[in-house]
Amino acid sequence: MLPILFVLPFVQLLILSNAASFEVKNIRFSYIDQDHSKVSRELISKFQSSDYFNIIENFSSKKEANLQMQKGKVDVILEIPNHFEHNLLTDKKTNLSVSINAIDGAAAGIENVYINQIIRNYNQKIRSQLYQYNDASFVQPQSIISIPSFWYNNTLNYKTLMVPGILVLLVTMLSLFLSAMNIVREKEIGTLEQINVTPIKKYQFIIGKLFPFWVLGLLILTVGLTIAKLVFSIPMLGSVGLIYFFTSVYLLAILGIGLLVSNYTETQQQAMFIAWFFTVIFILMSGLFTPIESMPNWAQQITLFNPIRYFVEIIRMVMLKGATFSDIAKPFSIIAFYAFVINCLAVWSYKKTN
Amino acid sequence: MDQEKIITVKNLSKKFGDFIAVNDISFDVYKGEIFGFLGANGAGKTTAMKMLIGISKPTSGEALVANFDVKSQAEMVKKSIGYMSQRFSMYDDLTIKENITFFGGIYGLSRNQIKEKTTKLVTELGLEDALNKLVGDLPLGWKQKLSFSVALLHEPKIVFLDEPTGGVDPITRRQFWEMIYAEAHKGTTIFVTTHYMDEAEYCDRVSIMVEGKIEALDSPKNLKQQYNVASMNEVFLKLARNIE
Repeated sequence: MLPILFVLPFVQLLILSNAASFEVKNIRFSYIDQDHSKVSRELISKFQSSDYFNIIENFSSKKEANLQMQKGKVDVILEIPNHFEHNLLTDKKTNLSVSINAIDGAAAGIENVYINQIIRNYNQKIRSQLYQYNDASFVQPQSIISIPSFWYNNTLNYKTLMVPGILVLLVTMLSLFLSAMNIVREKEIGTLEQINVTPIKKYQFIIGKLFPFWVLGLLILTVGLTIAKLVFSIPMLGSVGLIYFFTSVYLLAILGIGLLVSNYTETQQQAMFIAWFFTVIFILMSGLFTPIESMPNWAQQITLFNPIRYFVEIIRMVMLKGATFSDIAKPFSIIAFYAFVINCLAVWSYKKTN
Repeated sequence: MDQEKIITVKNLSKKFGDFIAVNDISFDVYKGEIFGFLGANGAGKTTAMKMLIGISKPTSGEALVANFDVKSQAEMVKKSIGYMSQRFSMYDDLTIKENITFFGGIYGLSRNQIKEKTTKLVTELGLEDALNKLVGDLPLGWKQKLSFSVALLHEPKIVFLDEPTGGVDPITRRQFWEMIYAEAHKGTTIFVTTHYMDEAEYCDRVSIMVEGKIEALDSPKNLKQQYNVASMNEVFLKLARNIE
């Protein structure tokens, strides 16, 4: 069992961190070129040279293209109308039609931005050419170029964002599930009754039960941080000690939840079901995959009760921004309070005498 | 009788909602006797026993076990008793030695005491070679004997045995009862529940519970005389039939 506990998180971290990316790549791009002009070919070659687009097909009709979109074979259809070049040269203005498969709305939005960027760039280029050709009094076209600078993750590497978050999930899930299963298992096999007949103190039993998982959680964190550093080269701007300090308190809260679950369940199935219920809500509302700021207000309020939310926030702050203790003092004290309340409830609800 | 009382039960009841599992029972158990606690399935024996060992709170009435009140001094009661349940309740995934060390530690035995006890216990049971074997790998009969010995580890005044011989072969049952006798001879009080009426014959006194009440309490010999039958089995059947 012990090797499994270490190998599984390792595998998960390697797989999920590479797979759970929100970068939209390999967009299946198709086009209908009704113009067959120099300009239209140039525009298409811009898409061809982009890493994000894979040119799937050149359709001859809109109908055919729509059919392929319905079959899910293409993501984007760019339609270049007849007289595209002509209109552009004479009227200095023309239209393009773009259809995007928006079943995944978020991806569609990003695809839209990419497409517009390519078209806009091309537009700029062609305009300057046109001016050069046609206007005697050529003025260099003014354009404003914004150069964004991305703080804390300046290459916009998704793994830098995801690896610390996924590490949080692994530490949390493992300690929650193991602690929730553990005492219930003793109920099932009957050893808990034997324990309840002994003069053992409640706190002794609970510490004895939870301490191994607390150590295990910190070990998993160690394995995870090592992988983050060696495999993913995630920066560690803040102090490692601070992360361990926070995790050691955080684990108390998680183990307390596990204990609470096992106190109110009779079988491992029930405990598993409840632990899953909370885990799914905790993960999806943690700010790991979707920013908390974009949730509706009531949902944001719910995330305040989600311990994973604070851990994700803190581990990112410390690793990527180099936050110090005073920066994380607020979420830290919330988690410490959380741990205290949950464990009081857990100890109170664990009864040696019914 | 001038014998010392070690368990005193007065008007003890336990209700689960409308269902009365134990209905106003009263009895005494004397030091050093083997007290048989009989009853059909669902008669309330296990519930009554759970109140006496301090893991179930009585709805009303009182009980003193080793001079401690089961309601207010449950943890003190637990220190003075040993318990072996009908479900085998040692850790299957620990070795014999580890189980003994663990339970010895819970009862506050010192390292040396645990060492001594371990040696003595495995010698008596003839388990010297199996000391580092997982308890889960032992046959049921061995587990039960081991379980009984572990329940006696801290030299309790009273041992509660909840159907200790369920599912065990006749030879092992016989050996098990020899262990019980040996322990009672040392002055330990034995409180045992059982289904087997031949085992009831081995007890100094037996009580028979029917539908939450104690219908009879005396030595097996007196009970057989009173009901004018040859065996405890018939005593039991008569009592159970009277109710129907």
